[in-house]
This record gives sequence, structure tokens and C-alpha cells, in this order.
Amino acid sequence: MDIHEYQAKELLATHGIRMPRGGLAYSPEQAAYRATEIGGEAWVVKAQVHSGARGKAGGIILCKTDKEVADAAEKLLGQRLVTHQTGPEGKLINRLYIEETVQIDRELYLGFVLDRKEERIMIVASSSGGMEIEQIAEEEPDSLVRASVDPGLGMREFQAREIAFGLGLDGALIGKAVDTILGCYRVFRDSDASMLEINPLVVSKNEVIALDCKMSFDENALFRRPEISELRDKSQEDPRETFASDRGLSYVGLTGNIGCIINGAGLAMATLDMIKIAGGEPANFLDIGGGASPERVAKSFRAVLADKEVKVILVNIFAGINRCDWVAEGVVKALEEVGVEVPLIVRLSGTKVDEGMKILAEKAPSVTVAHTLKEAAEAAVAALPKADRTAA
Amino acid sequence: MAILLTNKTPVLVQGFTGRIGTFHAQEMIDYGTNVVGGVTPGKGGGTHLDLPVFNTVKGAVAETKAEASIVFVPPPFAADSIMEAADAGIKYCVCVTDGIPAQDMMRVKRYMRRYKSEMRMRLTGPNCAGTITPGQAMMGIMPGSIYMPGRVGIVGRSGTLGYEAASQMKSKGIGVSTSVGIGGDPINGSSFKDILELFEADPETDAVVMIGEIGGPQEAEAAEWARAHMKKPLMAYVAGLSAPKGKKMGHAGAIVSAFGESAQEKVEIIREAGHTIIPHPAAFGETVEAVLSGKKVAA
Repeated sequence: MDIHEYQAKELLATHGIRMPRGGLAYSPEQAAYRATEIGGEAWVVKAQVHSGARGKAGGIILCKTDKEVADAAEKLLGQRLVTHQTGPEGKLINRLYIEETVQIDRELYLGFVLDRKEERIMIVASSSGGMEIEQIAEEEPDSLVRASVDPGLGMREFQAREIAFGLGLDGALIGKAVDTILGCYRVFRDSDASMLEINPLVVSKNEVIALDCKMSFDENALFRRPEISELRDKSQEDPRETFASDRGLSYVGLTGNIGCIINGAGLAMATLDMIKIAGGEPANFLDIGGGASPERVAKSFRAVLADKEVKVILVNIFAGINRCDWVAEGVVKALEEVGVEVPLIVRLSGTKVDEGMKILAEKAPSVTVAHTLKEAAEAAVAALPKADRTAA
Repeated sequence: MAILLTNKTPVLVQGFTGRIGTFHAQEMIDYGTNVVGGVTPGKGGGTHLDLPVFNTVKGAVAETKAEASIVFVPPPFAADSIMEAADAGIKYCVCVTDGIPAQDMMRVKRYMRRYKSEMRMRLTGPNCAGTITPGQAMMGIMPGSIYMPGRVGIVGRSGTLGYEAASQMKSKGIGVSTSVGIGGDPINGSSFKDILELFEADPETDAVVMIGEIGGPQEAEAAEWARAHMKKPLMAYVAGLSAPKGKKMGHAGAIVSAFGESAQEKVEIIREAGHTIIPHPAAFGETVEAVLSGKKVAA
């Protein structure tokens, strides 16, 4: 789960990390008011969307007067910001963060991630801040400083000191950088974050200041982090994904027209692959999970059909803890209640497959039954032109 | 003896008396698994499914001489249960639970390393379907009937995709020595490489099918290891050719976040290491058959 810059900064502030003064605004009037409240001679108006590279995309505007702040806010609010991370549809700007400008003496990079290879929290820092970490790794690999945290002991002060010296800092800045690094580590650990990035972390008049901050969280840990769950902003998500996740389904929207309902993440990915190989394009990834009741199957149909591009639906179930008869009942229920007007291909295998097939044959004769994964994918692709004709 | 599990292995069920633990413990017993008891804190002293229930894993091991344990404990408590098993002297643990926080798993891995290697518990999972030695025993949630006993090892992240592979192989008359699910989480107990090492050393396994997916470095690491150390044929499929970068595809660990983590890149790395690529998910049966041709595999 991602959060906004201003939310991440509020978390950092609780651990003593320094940052420019700023305030949130939902309207141009409020933005101008925030600027006067903060004071000073220049401000940045920052679009709050879940994406990096906002500056390059025009989402961060430098202003010299409160009038300019209001104009910038007018321009940004309600727009969709398109960055190379958001996809062509972009992300809606519905709140702004107004921040004082600070003098930048040096730009640094500081990032925390869960490293899958080391199986530890890993810290990556660089003296070449301000550009993306991928670019730093490519162009300035010698500037990178790394440390990993023993999960049994937590981050030690010497590790933070090594990073601070590794960044080329000295004097009073060392202590300030150490406090910043350890503070970030504590925020990361205590909020079950999966990523924390301060880019740039700047040196300004002998202070260490977080100019930007991006954070993501481990969704498996949200049950014990209600204060983090509250920061979720659904306006930043694909509405198809929000609809599905609110119903406990694991869904990812894609760009094709074959809707998919599958059990198990691996089989779901494999089915999408098979559709591509058969010459089609999947509209979504959807894992209905284990123990799928007829109601859950019907809900899945609603989620898939919420995408108006869907021209065919493919259901592929290999039941272990699931039951094919329940899935078949769910298909029948969906046909009756949801109104499925596109061709439907169903492949059932595993637990109670014979019962499931019988239910489909008796109660849902319009369904095309496939016996293997390959057959199912090919039938879905073959059903496409017909679906287009129906739509026209 | 296949790997990790036989019909002799004494197995405990942690989270024994819960709804899910009860259902799958019964399935495991029906399949022939030597389930010797279970653990549910607070319910020790009673019996469940005609087997003794214990308050602690230590108590259960002392009484039953259990060597393996399967964890059906909910996510908030699962990491603690795994550590309890490791401390009680369990040799092999399967954790089925989906949804354990990543930082909890980091602590579990760190905790397990406090034991000398000969005393250290082996963990597979979490977020996996479990392990089955067909015809003998299973620790997991898979439908046992789709597996035929034989001499090909399977190791994979996904449960249902593993079923797909096993059933395609069965339809070609090809059996499985042991099938091991390592799970879909970013931090897991055993890697692909760990399980390949076991299959390579197992006299009852002739070849191995590896079923990977997007995300993480483990498929590439395993392919490199196998290039240098494995004499048995290795065949691999990597799911997620159509997965967009930065999107989590169901499994907590199925996300492309770095170079070398996409399906295409992993396929290239595995191919370059000299192993057989299973080109698509409907080709498990025919690829294994082709590789084994001339060799009798069904037991």
C-alpha cells in the first residue's frame, strides 16, 4: 500500500526528522492561505499523487507570490498527473502540499527496502541525490553506500555513522545524519513499511532535511497497523482494483478484453500467459482464493464485468481446497443474478469435478466447457469475434 | 525415500483443533500420513480426531517423538508457531498460512539460524500448498488424487499451478517422487536451490520440474547452482509473462521490482544456464515426457 508524501512526512516528523514547513490544501484559496501562513518568499506547490517523478511531469511548481500559489493550485487540482510510473491514464490530483523552499547545499539519496536476497532491511544511500535510484546505480555506482540490518538486533549506531561518513559528510552534520537515518529506520520497522525513500535528502545551512519522501507498506502487516490502513487513498487506485479488493478478491486490471476468474495466483498468471500465447489479451488478473463459495464466485463476475472492455470471460479452476460443484453453482448464480451477456468459457478440474460439470450441463447449457488449460484459452480467443458482433 | 516426507515420518499439526486444521489433518490422515497429534494452546490433555492434543510443541515432541510439523495458525501468530517448532526440535516444518508480515518472516529466518546446521529445522512455505510424497504421505492442502507416484520431483511457488503440472504429467503416465511448495511470499523458508539440492541427492528422483514466477532472485540463483552442481535434468516454467512491472500478482512476492525479476528475464537466465524451458503452462506433460523419453518413470 502506498501513501502520499505529506503523510509519509507526518510519520517521519514523529521520529524527529527535519523537513521544510508545509501544509495541505484542497483548493486554490487554501493553498494561498497556507503559503502566507508558512511565510517566506517562495514556495513549492506539490501535487499529492502516488507516484515518483512528479517534478518532471509538471506536478511540482515553484511560486514566488501567493497569487502564483493559487494559480498553480488552480492548474493542478482536478487534473490527472501522468508520470512514467502511473501509466497513460495518470493519477488524479485532489490534494496539494504547499511547502517553503530551502537552500540546497548538497543533494543526497536515502532509501530503505526489504531485501529479498539478504532477507533483511537494507539501507541504500548515495551522495548523488535528486535523480532516481536506478539512474544512480547506473551512472554513479561508486556513490552507493549500503548496510543491512540484523533482524535480531536492529540497526546499530555505527552503521548509521558509516553511511553518514560514506556520504562525505563531516562535522556536526554526522550526528544529524545519524539521527535522521536511525529515525527513518525506526519508522520503517515500527510501521511495517516495505519501502521508504527520501530523495533528495538535502544539506541546507548545516542541517539535514528531508525534501521529499515516499513510503509503501507490507499489506500483510496492516492488521496490526490501523493507523497506516487509515492513510489509504482510494482515489489513487484503479477503480476496478478497489471494487475487487473491497470484496476480498485479488485483482489486477490489465488492458485486454478477456476477463479472467481463476483460483491461485500462480495458475492465474499462467492462464494469462496461455491466453497471450493463444493470441488473446487478458483484461485482468483475478484470484478467487481458496474455499470459494457460490457467492464469492458471483462477486468475481461482478468485479470482472465492471470493466466494460470485457468481451469474453474465462473461468479456470483447479480445485484443491476449492470445490468444483460450488464454483459451478457460483457460475449459475452469476448467470441468473449478474446477467452475463458475454460468452463464458469454464474449465474445471480437481475436487468434485464431476459434480461441477453436471451442474453446468443441467443449469448453464450456454456455457462452453473446456477440459484443459490450453483448450480453455483457445476457446476464449475463438469466442472473441462473435463477442464483438454481439456488442455491435 | 523421496525427499522430506515418507509414510513413516511422524507429523504434528499446529492449529490442530481449528476449522482449517481439522479439515486438512483429516485429509492428511486419510491419505496415509502418520499424524501423531496436534498442538492448540489451552486445549492440551484432550483428544481430537482420536489423536492427543498438546499445549506446546515441546510437550508434543516429548510424548509423540514427532519429527515434522505443519502450521495452520492464523497470520498474526504463525511466525511464533514456526519458531516454537524450531525450538522444540522439529526437523521439518511446512507453513501453509498466507498473510504473514515480511518482517516476522525475517525474524523467523534469523531465529532458525541460532541452531547448528545439524540441529536446524527445515522450513518450507509460508503461503504454500505443502509437500506430498505421492502414494505415501502429504503435509498440505493439495488434492492427493491428482498425483501419481513416480520419479520426477516438482518444486514450485504456486499450489494450483503445481496441481496443473502434476495432472498433466499423470495424464502422460508420469509420476512424482515428491512435490514441494516453497510458497508465494517474498521471504520464505526454503529457496528453489535448497530443494534442488535435496532432489539431486535423492536416489528416487530422476529429473526435476521447477515452477517459478515473477519477483525475487530465487529462480536465477537456482538455475546458476544447477548449472554447476546438478546432473539430473532440470525443466522450468516461469509464470507471469503478461504481468505489468510494479504490480503485485496475487502472491505477496509476485512483483517485478528489479532487473532480472520479470518472467522473460528469468526464462533467459534459466535457458542460458543450460536447462530446459517449459514454454507454456499447457506443456508440462509433453516437455517432461520428451526429456524423459526412453526412461521408465512411473513407479
